[in-house]
Amino acid sequence: MIELNDVSKTFTLHNQGSAVIEVFNDVSFRVAAGECVALTGASGAGKSTLMRMIYGNYLAQTGEICIGGVDLVQAAPREVIQLRRDVLGYVSQFLRVVPRVSTLDVVAEPLRMVGVAADQAEIRARALLAQLNIPERLWSLSPTTFSGGEQQRVNIARGFAHNYPAMLLDEPTASLDAANREVVLSLIEDAKARGAAIIGIFHDEAARARVCDREIDVTRFVPGVAA
Amino acid sequence: MTPLLSVQGLSKNYGAHIGCADVSFDLFPGEVMGIVGESGSGKSTLLNCMAGHLVPDAGQVVFDTRADGPQDTVTMSEPARRMLSRTDWAFVHQHARDGLRMGVSAGGNVGERLMAVGARHYGDIRGKATDWLERVEIDVDRVDDRPTTFSGGMQQRLQIARNLVTGPRLVFMDEPTGGLDVSVQARLLDLLRGLVRDMGLSAIIVTHDLAVVRLLADRLMVMKSGHVVEAGLTDQVLDDPQHPYSQLLVSSVLQV
Repeated sequence: MIELNDVSKTFTLHNQGSAVIEVFNDVSFRVAAGECVALTGASGAGKSTLMRMIYGNYLAQTGEICIGGVDLVQAAPREVIQLRRDVLGYVSQFLRVVPRVSTLDVVAEPLRMVGVAADQAEIRARALLAQLNIPERLWSLSPTTFSGGEQQRVNIARGFAHNYPAMLLDEPTASLDAANREVVLSLIEDAKARGAAIIGIFHDEAARARVCDREIDVTRFVPGVAA
Repeated sequence: MTPLLSVQGLSKNYGAHIGCADVSFDLFPGEVMGIVGESGSGKSTLLNCMAGHLVPDAGQVVFDTRADGPQDTVTMSEPARRMLSRTDWAFVHQHARDGLRMGVSAGGNVGERLMAVGARHYGDIRGKATDWLERVEIDVDRVDDRPTTFSGGMQQRLQIARNLVTGPRLVFMDEPTGGLDVSVQARLLDLLRGLVRDMGLSAIIVTHDLAVVRLLADRLMVMKSGHVVEAGLTDQVLDDPQHPYSQLLVSSVLQV
């Protein structure tokens, strides 16, 4: 489902003496449907950078990043947008929302984008918010003023609203209490069971051991540090 | 898929000074493109050349018309281009006063565009005008008031209603949130975002506010000295800019 071939990435900081930072070389791996793979490595090794490249947010210099038959390195903006709408979900660490939009609408939006009727999308959004223990009296409010943990759960609800065939999860269990952590892990297990290919970053080792089938240490892709 | 708008080699000089140089891109139905750059980078010149307000020195602006398919609007006859700008195109000016008739009531401003495309039944026109005032969150009691009595934010929303009432397919916007205070901007952006999505509009938005393009635009062009220096997916250009000028632009934004 997700396939990377000979991907490399550099950052060129033109306004800081044209410093060139080589981030990755020869990144190649694949993730099959129904498989969950953890990216590991020390802080600063490039786990989030690699994840952002797989989302098309950062540009790879060479190679191919193929998801569902689309090569993100070469794709036109509208192809990337279509891929993100239909195929590729991403739960980031931070919720980024438009002011004034209610929590229910924030969660239902990905479903509305793929053409699900408003009432069906709302039923799914309500179920997810209830499952993630967001109090019902908050659903009609914008999540901008929610606590960090509540925002994180709204973000997860939004990320899991549509059944994406490929998902990227950046620290999905960070800042959650035990009960909510359990809910998120079961959502991940359900997604795997329906055949989603998942790439995740987990600092929580127990969570990683439970949901991930294998680990990829990104340090081995970093030039000059390769073991 | 046929692009809705296909711009090829568009150039405009002001004497020896470059307005915009050799700009080419395709815009597809439903896409929203942002154009950013500093003052004087040529973004408004480019927008005005595309919208037929300025005559370019070279290049084509091919629009996929409903009746006759792709037509070059630069060489099109003046009446045909005027008809296009009243039906399939809309232009939202930075200053609402440039896009409104200040001596005519709010309802009249919206109704005028309907009459320009043949509507004659007073009840229908007034009904549609009040419906649009509601959609842009202007109190229906104000339908008979002139826009001179409106605040800046209300004038801008009225201008948007006037432009969208005829169901255009392509909207040109020149700094639509410029000069409005931040709370009014947020409301306007939320409104625009909803309208663009519900009506399936394509839009080209010129702005120097990167937060506006992040919220509204699918893709982004960065201009400097009349040239397009970088183009791509909006979040990719903002989060991983490649060109020195784009990097400078993104890193110059103050964090709130």
